[in-house]
Amino acid sequence: MRQIAVTVNGRRQEAEVEPRQLLVYFLREQLGLTGTNVGCDTSSCGSCTVLLDGESVKSCTLLAVQADGHEVTTIEGLATDGALHPVQQAFHENHALQCGFCTPGMVMAAVSYLKENPKPTESEVRHALEGNLCRCTGYHNIVKAVLAAAEA
Amino acid sequence: MAAIGEAVLRKEDARLLTGQGRYVDNLRTAGTLHAVVVRSPYAHARIDRVDVSAALAADGVVAAFTGADLADAWPGGLPCFWPVSDDIKMPTHLPLATDKARFAGDGVAVVVAESRAQAKDAAELVTVDYQPLPAVTDVERALAPNAPLVHDDVPGNRCFTWSLVTGEPERVFAEADVTVSCRFRQQRLIPAAMEPRGTLCEISAAGDVVVTTSTQAPHILRTAFSLVLGIPEAKIRVIAPDVGGGFGSKVEVYAEDMIVIALARKLGRPVKWTEERSEGCLATIHGRDVVQEIELAATSDGKIRAVRTRLKAAMGAYLQAVTPGVPLLGAWLYAGCYDVDAYDFHCTGVFTTTTPTDAYRGAGRPEATYAIERAIDALARKLGRDPVEIRRLNFIDEFPADIASGLQIDSGDYHAALDRALELIGYEEVRREQAERRSRGDVKQLGIGLSTYVEMCGLAPSRILGALKYGAGGWESLSVRVLPTGTVQVMSGTTPHGQGHATTFSQIVADRLGVDVADVEFLAGDTAVVPTGMDTYGSRSLPVGGVALYHATDKVIAKARRIVAHQLEASEDDLEYEAGRFSVKGSPDKAMTVKEAAFAAWAAHNLPDGLEPGLEATHVYDPPNFSWPAGCHIAVVDVDTETGEVELTRYVAVDDVGTVINPMIVDGQVHGGIAQGVAQALWEEAVYDEDGNLVTGSLLNYLVPSAAELPSFVLDRTVTPSPTNPLGVKGVGETGTIASTPAVVNAVLDALSHLGVTDIDMPTTPERVWRAIQEASASAADQGGER
Repeated sequence: MRQIAVTVNGRRQEAEVEPRQLLVYFLREQLGLTGTNVGCDTSSCGSCTVLLDGESVKSCTLLAVQADGHEVTTIEGLATDGALHPVQQAFHENHALQCGFCTPGMVMAAVSYLKENPKPTESEVRHALEGNLCRCTGYHNIVKAVLAAAEA
Repeated sequence: MAAIGEAVLRKEDARLLTGQGRYVDNLRTAGTLHAVVVRSPYAHARIDRVDVSAALAADGVVAAFTGADLADAWPGGLPCFWPVSDDIKMPTHLPLATDKARFAGDGVAVVVAESRAQAKDAAELVTVDYQPLPAVTDVERALAPNAPLVHDDVPGNRCFTWSLVTGEPERVFAEADVTVSCRFRQQRLIPAAMEPRGTLCEISAAGDVVVTTSTQAPHILRTAFSLVLGIPEAKIRVIAPDVGGGFGSKVEVYAEDMIVIALARKLGRPVKWTEERSEGCLATIHGRDVVQEIELAATSDGKIRAVRTRLKAAMGAYLQAVTPGVPLLGAWLYAGCYDVDAYDFHCTGVFTTTTPTDAYRGAGRPEATYAIERAIDALARKLGRDPVEIRRLNFIDEFPADIASGLQIDSGDYHAALDRALELIGYEEVRREQAERRSRGDVKQLGIGLSTYVEMCGLAPSRILGALKYGAGGWESLSVRVLPTGTVQVMSGTTPHGQGHATTFSQIVADRLGVDVADVEFLAGDTAVVPTGMDTYGSRSLPVGGVALYHATDKVIAKARRIVAHQLEASEDDLEYEAGRFSVKGSPDKAMTVKEAAFAAWAAHNLPDGLEPGLEATHVYDPPNFSWPAGCHIAVVDVDTETGEVELTRYVAVDDVGTVINPMIVDGQVHGGIAQGVAQALWEEAVYDEDGNLVTGSLLNYLVPSAAELPSFVLDRTVTPSPTNPLGVKGVGETGTIASTPAVVNAVLDALSHLGVTDIDMPTTPERVWRAIQEASASAADQGGER
């Protein structure tokens, strides 16, 4: 077992983890932050996307020990004082989610991307999100929502 | 309050956007054990011995069982609800195989441990002696003489045969000026809902079996668990919490449901199983996998007179819930939206050593639509006619229409949808550009493809389903309860998994009862809360469930009217009702709201003699007909003639789904459906090798498209309300998937038609497109040489 300290959604979390423990299972099973979903086992779907020091990562691709000493933001930590983050709000207003399973990862990926490129084109948004799969929306409204959030 | 027709933002979103979704794997139950299923790596193998002793000795392991150990837990095995024919063979399907494994992924043992990781580690320690047998993964090879038998007692791997013949197809074909004959392969697809399946069973203090599972069908499951396990139905509670998509793959009684129930009962602790994606590629049902032969008989000017279809449909290794019924769901639609005189449909169901198939978005109807829409383009090519013109010539244009296959289409206007779609895509303009690129000999050629479709959904009149030997009804049950303070509860027998029921159904009630959408509480997905229902599949939630809700609301209004008339000392006939308020004709000040009537009904101090207190009603609606959404989709593609790469550049969809309750949600359904249908045309294919290994067994190599591969879509609607229900709704869950696949493939072929390419198997990968171009040019060169 290894001792780690990770700041998750602004709170310092100290824990013992197995060296093989993936970050996503540390978040879900040890911290109870189940908003980050697991949609595949090949780092293909992006459902588990979180921010590591502000940048999007697939939390199934990192070991929990690799997050030691870093800051992690999950979907639970995105809204501030009860107000949705502009990307969450834009997803709501543009019907960019149906079953909602890919949504936390999709939102985190979009938040990270808009920091990198605050005024993207439609084509840029589509390529930026290619690591996140959605089976319900056909992406039409997700792309619309990300563009709307960039305008907001 | 006119909430019907408004793009009301979804009530569901708040929790899903903030990470509060209650998907099965998110639920924490103290002391939960984790189950991992050990699966056969072979497609077909005798099981000589299964040894779980090493697993039992591993850290954290609580129990490990073979199929034989648990055989008593599930007498008879897993159910199939649709024995389509008298000749059907329904071999036993055990949740854990005991004699032989029949597909790669067939479960043979289960390991239960304190943690997921411990169970997974220990599962590796189970040893199984297999004696591999030859695999057979292709429907036509499975029907060949001397093919390996999937089930020793099913000769020729023939599961069933089923036919539908009307008119005089033999004569019409013999007399036809022109015939076209096509053969299509509907490749095997993996539904790939983003939430992998999960199932959790706890035994309550009262001894009830409580199953929380990622299902589209909690009510059907409860009945099935009772029938299979012999547990009284009242002692079973099934909960579908938030469910992360289904697309048909979660309308099933799965082996793992039975396994966790057996384990929880045996071990006296909650047991959970969560699917891994690669495991799901094997263990969750697949869709399609049908070889289709379709022939059209037509006049020389292009009028289709008869359609003849022969299907060989893969069942996979076993029959799941409605596996044999899937081809039947398309059986009436092989003439599409065209008026023909004679109809001949025949299907053979075939066992292969592959994952069982079952209903996947559209179920039977995408297959039918693809076949007729490809065939009508082939006819147009043969006659040198434009695909638009030939469709117009053949459209059904009088409604109600008794179609050749024997059903009645209630309403529609196929010309209107075609006109609008052509306008939106700028058909003439696209054709001009195509001609220019052809004359320049551009590397990237342009193609435009149409799909004009009609489909049948709702699944639907119970009597017809009974005549087809389906095991259940097609009705739906909805209840409305007005609480004493005026808040309204809706108890829905149809369960959501992304469709936005809570919002749409609230709109129907809000509209009729004059309350805010926010004041309607939507309850579903738990048999303890909503005991009666027929669940969610076949685009039925609105055309069956929504209509039941409309009628239940009517009953509430009728009861409120009696209470109000009594309290205002007026005759019921003298009361006018609008948006939740009754007033006396001529004296508008004498009025009372539904909310006030609800309080009066609850207090029950002053009700008409004999009237029951309370203001609530249930309606069980059994539709008189299927519903018939229709429309026109048009795809425009660029095809790179050097690399074979296809790019979908534009997409227009004009659908007629009847009255629209929430246009935002309806558009969302169409968007998602289009993406899935396009994916079948261009990318997705579950591929087995000769030995029966699934070589596309993860999301790395099963190509679910991302945003980068798709364009935005242009949508519009025509509206011909359904005359068979008072809401006028028709259903929208599957239209996009049904319509889009042939539109895209027709576009790809259209781009290459001047090169002599007439057919490319799906998905139209760069390799297949490139080969088709090479073969066509080689054959053109040969013919040139002969001249």
